[in-house]
Parts: sequence; structure tokens; C-alpha cells
Amino acid sequence: MSNVIGIGASPKRKEDQRFLTGRGNYVSDIKRPGMTAGVFVRSPHGHAVLRGIDKSAALASPGVIAVLTGDDVKADGLGSLPCGWGISDAKGVPMKEPPFPMLAQGKVRFVGDMVAFVVAETPEQADVAAELLAVDYEVLPSVVGVLEAVRPGAPQLFDDVPNNICCDWELGDKAAVESAFKKAAHVAKLSLVNNRLIGNPMEPRAAIAEYEPGTDRFTLWTTSQFPHVVRFLMGALVLNIPQHKLRVVAPDVGGGFGVKQFHYGEEAVITWAARRVKRPIKWVASRSEGYVSDRHGRDHVTEAELALDETGKFLAFRVNTLANMGGYLSTFGPNIPTNLYAPLLGGVYTTPAIYCNVKVVFTNTVPVDAYRGAGRPEATFVLERMVDVAASEMGIDRVEIRRRNMIPKEAYPYQTPVLVQYDSGDPMGCLDGALVAADVKNFGIRKAASASKGKFRGLGYSTYVEACGLAPSRFAGRLGARGGLYESATVRVHPTGQVTVMIGTHNHGQGHETTFAQIVSEKLGVAFENVDIVFGDTDRVQFGMGTYGSRSLVVGGAALSKATDKVIAKGKKIAAHLLEAAEVDIQFEAGKFAVAGTDRVKSFEEIAGAAYVPHNYPLEVLEPGLEEQAYYDPVNFTYPGGCHIAEVEVDPETGTVTLVNYTAVDDVGTVINPMIVEGQLHGGIVQGVGQALFENAVYDEGSGQLLSGSLMDYCMPRADHMPMMNVATHSTLCTHTPMGVKGCGEVGTIGSPAAVINAVVDALSHLGVTHVDMPATPNRIWRLLQNASLPVAAE
Amino acid sequence: MQISFTLNGRPTTVEAAPATLVSELLREQLHLTGTHIGCDTSQCGACVVHLDGLPVKSCTLLAPALDGATLLTIEGLQGAPGSNQMHPMQEAFREHHGLQCGFCTPGMLMTAVALAAEKPDLTEADVRHGLEGNICRCTGYQNIVISVMAGAAAMNAAKGE
Amino acid sequence: MKPFAYHQPARIPDAAKLLTSIEDSKLVAGGMTLIPTIKQRLANPAALIDLSKLGNLSGITDDGATVTIGAMTPHAVVAASELVQTKIPGLSALASMIGDPAVRSRGTIGGSVANNDPAADYPAGVLGLGATIVTSTRQIAADKFFLGLFETALESGEIITAIRFPVPLKAGYAKFKAPASRYALVGVFVAKFADGVRVAVTGAGPGVFRVPPMEASLSENFDPTAVAAIRIDTDGLTSDIHAEADYRAHLVTVMAKRAVEAALS
Repeated sequence: MSNVIGIGASPKRKEDQRFLTGRGNYVSDIKRPGMTAGVFVRSPHGHAVLRGIDKSAALASPGVIAVLTGDDVKADGLGSLPCGWGISDAKGVPMKEPPFPMLAQGKVRFVGDMVAFVVAETPEQADVAAELLAVDYEVLPSVVGVLEAVRPGAPQLFDDVPNNICCDWELGDKAAVESAFKKAAHVAKLSLVNNRLIGNPMEPRAAIAEYEPGTDRFTLWTTSQFPHVVRFLMGALVLNIPQHKLRVVAPDVGGGFGVKQFHYGEEAVITWAARRVKRPIKWVASRSEGYVSDRHGRDHVTEAELALDETGKFLAFRVNTLANMGGYLSTFGPNIPTNLYAPLLGGVYTTPAIYCNVKVVFTNTVPVDAYRGAGRPEATFVLERMVDVAASEMGIDRVEIRRRNMIPKEAYPYQTPVLVQYDSGDPMGCLDGALVAADVKNFGIRKAASASKGKFRGLGYSTYVEACGLAPSRFAGRLGARGGLYESATVRVHPTGQVTVMIGTHNHGQGHETTFAQIVSEKLGVAFENVDIVFGDTDRVQFGMGTYGSRSLVVGGAALSKATDKVIAKGKKIAAHLLEAAEVDIQFEAGKFAVAGTDRVKSFEEIAGAAYVPHNYPLEVLEPGLEEQAYYDPVNFTYPGGCHIAEVEVDPETGTVTLVNYTAVDDVGTVINPMIVEGQLHGGIVQGVGQALFENAVYDEGSGQLLSGSLMDYCMPRADHMPMMNVATHSTLCTHTPMGVKGCGEVGTIGSPAAVINAVVDALSHLGVTHVDMPATPNRIWRLLQNASLPVAAE
Repeated sequence: MQISFTLNGRPTTVEAAPATLVSELLREQLHLTGTHIGCDTSQCGACVVHLDGLPVKSCTLLAPALDGATLLTIEGLQGAPGSNQMHPMQEAFREHHGLQCGFCTPGMLMTAVALAAEKPDLTEADVRHGLEGNICRCTGYQNIVISVMAGAAAMNAAKGE
Repeated sequence: MKPFAYHQPARIPDAAKLLTSIEDSKLVAGGMTLIPTIKQRLANPAALIDLSKLGNLSGITDDGATVTIGAMTPHAVVAASELVQTKIPGLSALASMIGDPAVRSRGTIGGSVANNDPAADYPAGVLGLGATIVTSTRQIAADKFFLGLFETALESGEIITAIRFPVPLKAGYAKFKAPASRYALVGVFVAKFADGVRVAVTGAGPGVFRVPPMEASLSENFDPTAVAAIRIDTDGLTSDIHAEADYRAHLVTVMAKRAVEAALS
């Protein structure tokens, strides 16, 4: 069949034409007849009692249509924003789950907490009215750091959450770990901070809501990674809108990275308000607004200890973490620092005993939830830093200590002591490949060259594994998930043989329109250009869970593969009828249905045509039409991993860290489109480099003000921060997904922070530096060098 | 006030308040939504257009500045004038996977075209420095840099023909 | 944005008159600072007086001993000017480091100097070179012009028309960029003249300032080593989430050294 572009090819992306020519269709591009403008009034205080709101001046302002507050929400009896995960402590006591009203009631708990929604004819009029809204606050002291929040006497966010602790969670065999520590030849210790991040997709969040009185239907256009989940959570749990009366559309979305995978209060407020004002309403966040309302990521304070025997074998690993949840529980909030964190603490090593305690803590900050990697970068950072610290203390080479503890390829499937069972992997192969690709052998020459210029050069390793492809519903349910985590696909074959796929995942940069078309093109033998992928509209697509956790290809692709298999099976029935053969004798290959051992053949197009012209069908056994649907629920997570090697140069005069080389050899399973996979790895790595070197969300303790509240103060990686990266794949196949895929969206962000910081520490180790917190800013490095109290020109 | 200018090769006259940003004028009044707004501090570069051939941030430009000027937006970027072909820079971004979500792409392209027009023999360092005012969160910049160098080379080749 | 009136005067006296007669009016040149400020509603001017139609305020001239840059000359033009590159390469280098290409297309030297942002680059070049600020009414020496955080000697209704730079024997600028904003975390401009050396620092404090001990030392010996051991006092320096005051003080020394290296290269 001509123009089949299948698995392993790198066709140019189907989505590019519209993006390159300025013809994308993002939420903020959409206009509706009679559309009004909405703006949110947000708390300027980190913590305050909301004593009262006087709407009169705002309502009297020109063009104002409505001003809505928490009292209106209460009067309408609307629900609280739901949390999708319910975790419990060691005794089975459920987490504290205070309500998260869509507009604040009684109290505000972070700068940016929504207090009111103003609807006016134009955005300018709404802005003016919002400034006129008189909100009476009784300002309370804020607490923003986790250490401060759990101290006695700290400001309390909720009356019924003592010490601000949402849940005191644990995983692992505490007693086994304690006894292993008693036998240890060496115990390495490490205290670290995993810095708070702000996702910053380039498209700010936006929403348009419209209510049609004639049909009693609502439409919400929203910048979401999972429109069906928004429809379910918002319709069923917040606004009491029947699912069949609510359409949620997430059209082109300008990046997500997790930030757009939650049900936000803005979505519920604008939809509720649209019915009240009976006109469409549009809200578009400014970047500054995004900083104080997009869910943040990371923000851990951790103490870790590793027990080793005299040969450097890991005996046990103990980790105690305080994780910041912000002011309320976001959609996945409590799941991230617990279930997506502790099970990864085994890494690629054979550590037999692991225990992790996580105290999940409320603070007066933006709610914290998943951000690219979500829990797994935090786990990888703790473990991979710990390995380097142990190696250094025991005088063992950093690569050698990794080899001594690595799970050999032959030992897979490998059951860790922290729930997860890795199905396949070859960490040693990734390490070996990366050592060659990074030219580690000649590092000494490069280090000497740097030294001759007065610079310190360092090399850092991160040999890591992650769990993605979220998620086996049965497994997730045991861990506290309140929903399923399957995915769905419908393959609609048109009478002419072209194919439309409806899939429940959401494409916002990942190239699904291309990758999924390749799968269909290969499996059905139809031309690549004859396959289109539809997503992001609950009226057009069956229920699906959306895109996050590197799940789209792993879970969605599997559903698509399954649905395609069903199309082939149906096609065989049709072919058997047309060719007057037994169904078992029909073979399908390269787009042709043939009777085995004969030259009797029907093309895919002929079968598609016949499916819709059933003149002589045996209707009692064969239905007309050629459209199949499948839901796929994975049996396990997938476990991509690899080895990242970062090489940095530190300028001791200014403290500047320059990333000079970066090598990644990753095991992502089967690669459908190498070009797209490489792009995902690049982007992921740079987000991890951003965390390691540049990005930091900083709050002022006491006032709760976000000090890094704009692109002027929150440093996003730029083109001139990066060298050319060297990325490659070294894949083992996943044993339980249909195509052997493992996922690649987050690996870069998970593997890279540890590699970069390990390189920085290596560069400074001759000065006695043993740890550097992220981000390794020039000021921080300079301070370390000052404290090292050695002449900076020592080398 | 009345503002007359050349927009993507066509004479255009609009009525706009002085307190109108060019980005708003394009998106709201002229329905050209390819120019994107990614920030409010003039940092992200998603809104870059060409004013009299120079790259400018349309979110930091008042409508009156257009009077008598020539404006080129992403919608007007093309190969040969009047053709439906893509510009060599657009082709290069497609060829080298220089975009993912597409949001920063129009601004990246407009900056890249101006950069390549200003300096014919761009080095990697020139490109990275020249993209200082354009933020991308998806690509890690690597394929953008490769695309810009390839696009610049194609622009040079086209000029030589 | 809140509405404002807009004026495009054709003559400087008309512009000056509008500026004094309209309450809460502001001049706009390239708008690179003013427009974001209005967008963020940190300023709500009643009227903007656009200087772009004044004519003759853009361009670079040279009389041998001085280089004069019209107030409305964009940074990109200064950066690319062969004249400036030949006569005061440190100044064209400074212009090429401001903002990003789009900012350099629109932003003007007059706007930057009049705004006197404590982290802007031009004030360091203007003070470091001991330039003269030519206004609609008078000429002001750089040493008398910059009065601290966003404050200048400009009087109500006074408009900068040009900056006149004496041509130094050597000059160089070194900038440590704030990683996010790309403003100067610390920028140091050094200029060597027959009668001595001037050193001006931007980014480190609430306004651009000179460093007399460095000037004295460099006047003796114009070499990076001459400033390497000179530490400036941290008192009065800016301390924020990007850099603490003592780190900024340290960077002043390092950037001064590098500015001398640049001047000598």
C-alpha cells in the first residue's frame, strides 16, 4: 500500500501546518456572539479572614453585568472543588480534606485565592469594576514553608487540621529498614530541598463558557489536558449539571506540563456565571495571574539516609519528607508526593529495604499538584544525590557504586520493596551507552582545559527509572484513586476507507495527530494522510481520561491498537462473506484481506465500502458499518529509565554554572516516531535543567507574597542557557503494553536535575562542597565558595 | 483615531483608541489570532511581528505607531510574495521539528526571519543569543536552533538564485 | 489598558508645552518601559506625548572629539553603527546587550536615560563616559543628571534631545545579566581618557554610581589587576531574591575587571 507511514518512521507532523501559519485554534482565539468578559478578583493576602464584600461600586461601574462572590456560590448550594485522590495514614485514617470552595468563603488562604468574579461587556470594564470591589480583609500571618508550617504555634490554615498536617503517610517496612541500619558498615546522610516550581506553559490558561437556554446545554472551552475529566468533576460534583447537558472542549492547547490537568475553580465559576448572565463569558489569564493561580509543583524538604555494607552495597534506604500542598487540595495534590514518589525510591538498584514517611502539609501558597514528572523527579533527585554522597564518603567511584547495586538485565521482572514491579529494563546498558556517548574517558582532558582558564569542570550521573503510563486502575484504586485511569479510542472507517480516530487523550504539543496516525497507518495499511485524529471535545469523543503522566501513547495508544484490532476482526468477517470463505481462513496483511493460500483478495477500501453497502449481508451475524471502540486499562505501570550525564563548568569568580555537555541514553520502549520522541526528550531535559539551575518559586514568609511572580523574576530556561544535547535511546520492550511502548514525556525532567547537580557538586568537590541545593544560582554557588574558605583560584 | 498602514501587503485603515496595543488590534479587531500573548511583562516574545522590517513585540507597541508603517504578521509570512508557499523558515521549522505546542512558534518564526535577514551567516551562538527574547517551554530550543540555522541557509540560497 | 489621550507633536516646544499643560501626561519614545508599566496599571497617565514625529531626534553624528546620539535612536542602531563601533566600541557593545532584538528595535537611548531604571545599561555608559545630556532647554553633565532610583535632573517639561559622548581612549562594558529579566544584575562601564579613568556601575544599587577608588587605581594603571583587589562597600546596595548585597558588591569588582579587559581587547 502506498504512503503507509508506520512505526519507526519520522514523518513531518500533521499538526504543524496550522501552527506554522498562525492558524492554530487556542481558547483565547475563539469569539462567540454576544460574548462578555470575566475577570477574577484575587486575594492580595496570603492569609486573611474575609469579613465582607461590598459589591455596590463595582456593580455601578459602566458595562458591568454581574459580580459574584463566595456567598452567591453558597446560596446556589454548589459543591467544593473535588480532590481525585484520598490517601490515608499508616493506621488507615483518611487525610484531612477541607473544602475548596470555587470562590473563597470565610477565609482566603493564598495570594491569588479567588474572591469574586466580575462580568462586564469588555475586559477593560471588567478590570475597572474589579478594582472597585471593596473587600474587607482581616489579615492574618501567613506560613509558606513546610518546616515553619508544622512548628508549634504556626499559623493554622484550617480549624480542624492540627499543625497544618493533611496526612502523615508512609510506605515500606520500617522495622526491616531499622534492623538493616543497625548492621550497616556505613550510613550516608543527606538533607535537601526540592525547589518549588511554576510550570509556565507558554499559553496562559483561559476559558469561555456559554449556556443555551433553548436546549439547557452548557459549553465550556478550556485550556485543559483532560476535558472529559473536567466535564465529570465539574458537572457531577461541583455544578450539578447532567453530563449530557455539558460539553467541554479543549481545542489547541499551548503546552500543559501538568499545569492544565486539574479541574480549576475558574472553569466552574465561569460556567456557573454563564447561565446566570445568559451570555457567553471569556476569561483569559495574564501571565502574572497564572503565577498566583496555576498549580505549582515540587516543594519538598527531605532528610534521607542510606545504609551500606563495607563493599558499598545498599542495605536500606530511609527517607523523611515534608511536602507542601499549598492552601487547598488540588485535583491530584496528595497523590503526587506520596504514591508517585515513594515507590520510585528503589530506583534501578537492588536496595532490599526502603521506608518513606511523607508529611503532607498545608501552607499559605498556591495549591501544589503535578508538574512534569510529578513526584518522580523528587524521588530520583533524593536517590541519585544520595548515591553520590555515599560514593564520595566511602571513596568508591560514582559509576562503580552504581554498577555494584544495579538491577541486572536478567533480573527483570524485578519486584522492589516499595510496591512496584519493573517489567523490563537494562540500566547497565543505558549507563554503558551514555559513558561512551558522553566521552567520559576524555573528561580529564576537558577538566584540565577548564582549569587552565580558571574554571572548575564537573561531571554528573543520574541512572534512574520512573513509573508512568498512568495507570492500572486496580492498583491506583488501592492507593486511593477515586477514578479509573484507563483510556479509550474509537476507530471510524469511512465508506471510502479513510479513517477518523476519536481518542480520549489530549494533544498539546506531543504530536499525537502524527504518532497515532502512524499506528493506524501501519496496522490497517492505509495511507498516513488518510488518518485524522480527533480529541479534546466531549461531544465528539467518547469518555477518556486525557493526557498526563506520560500515558497517551502507553494507555491511549494501546486502546487505539485494540480498537484497530477490532476493525481488522470485523473486516475479516466482511471479507469472509464477500470472498465466500471461512472467517478463520481470512488473513489481513498490508491493507489486504486474503483467503489464505489463494489469490482471492479484497483491499481495505473495498471492505470499508462493502461495510456501508450491505446489500447481501447475513444481517443476523454481521452488522453493517466499520467502526470499533476499545477501552484499555493497563496491567502495570511502565518503567522508562536511562542514564543522563551532565557536564558543567563553574566560573568561580561569578559562581555561574554553565551546562557545557548533556548526554542522555533513555529506555522508552518501542519508539513510534523517533523525531517526536527526541523532541520530547529535549524539552523534558531542559525543564529539569531549569529546575536544577534557574527556576525557583519564592514566597515571603509572613506576608505570603510570591516574590518570583513574573517572567522578570522567575527564570525560564532560554536558548542561550543550553548546549546542543546528545540524546539516544537504548530500548527494552515493555512486556505488557501492546506495542512495547513505555512513554517518553517525562523522562527528561525526571532524570536531569540530579545529573546536573551531581555535576556541580563534582566540579566543587575539591573545595569540600558535598551538596548544592537547587537552583544552583550564581549567588548560591558564590556563597558556597565563600564558605568553603579556600582561595577560589586553588586549582 | 484613524490609523492607516500596510498589513501583510495590503493597505489597511482602522479606527482604534490610542490605548490599544497592536497585539489587541490584530487579535480582536482584525481577527488575526496567529500573534499570541504569552505574558504581560514583554518577556516571552510570542507576539513578535515585523514593523517596517524590524522585529518588535506587538504587546508593547501602541496602535498609533502603525500609522504610515508596514506591518508583517505570521499570517503574512510566505515564500514568494502572493504565493501559497510557506516561507523557508516555516519549512525549516516543520522539517526539523522546531515546534511542539505551537504557541511560541509565530513569535519564534518572526524573530528568526529577522535574525537571518540581518546576518547571513548565523552561527549557533548567534542564534541562541538572537532568541534571547523568545521563550519556548516545549522544545528545549535544540530543534528551534537547528531550524533557524537551516531556515537562514535556505533564505540565503533563495537570495542567491 | 485604561484610555489615555494621545499627542504626536511635530516640534519640541509643542511637546514641552503639552507636557507641562496636561496633568499626568507622560512622554513616550520607544515605550519599552512605559507601556508595560501602563499595562500592569502601575501608571495611569491621562495623556501620552509621542516623540516619534519630532524628526531629527534620531541619528548619530561625530565631530571628532565627541559622538552625539539623537535621543530617539534605537539601541539596535547604536549597536550596529560603524561610527560608534569605531569611536566607542564599548558603547556599541553595551547597546547590543540591552534586552533582546525586539527591545533593541524599539527602545531608545533617550527613553532609557530619562527613565533611569536602576538596572538599565545606558546610565552606566552615560555616566562612565561622562556624557552630556542635551535637552530642550540646556545641557546637563552626566554627573549631575542621575539622582537615584528613577530620578533625574530633568525638570517638568524638559525633553532629552541627544546625548553627547566624549570619545575616550579606551572603554569597555561588562554586564552580569539577571538571568530572568536580562537587565543588569551588575553592569560596569569603564572609560579611559587622557585625564583619567571613569568607572560607573549599574544594577548594584538604587541608581547608577561611580567608584572613585577604582578610578584612581585605573588612572595609575589601566589594567584588570588594578581593580581586582578593590571591594566596594555593601551598604546601600540592592539585596533581592536574585542577588544579595555582598554578592552584588563582589560582582562589581569582577565586572570592573572584565570591563577593563573588554576595553583592552
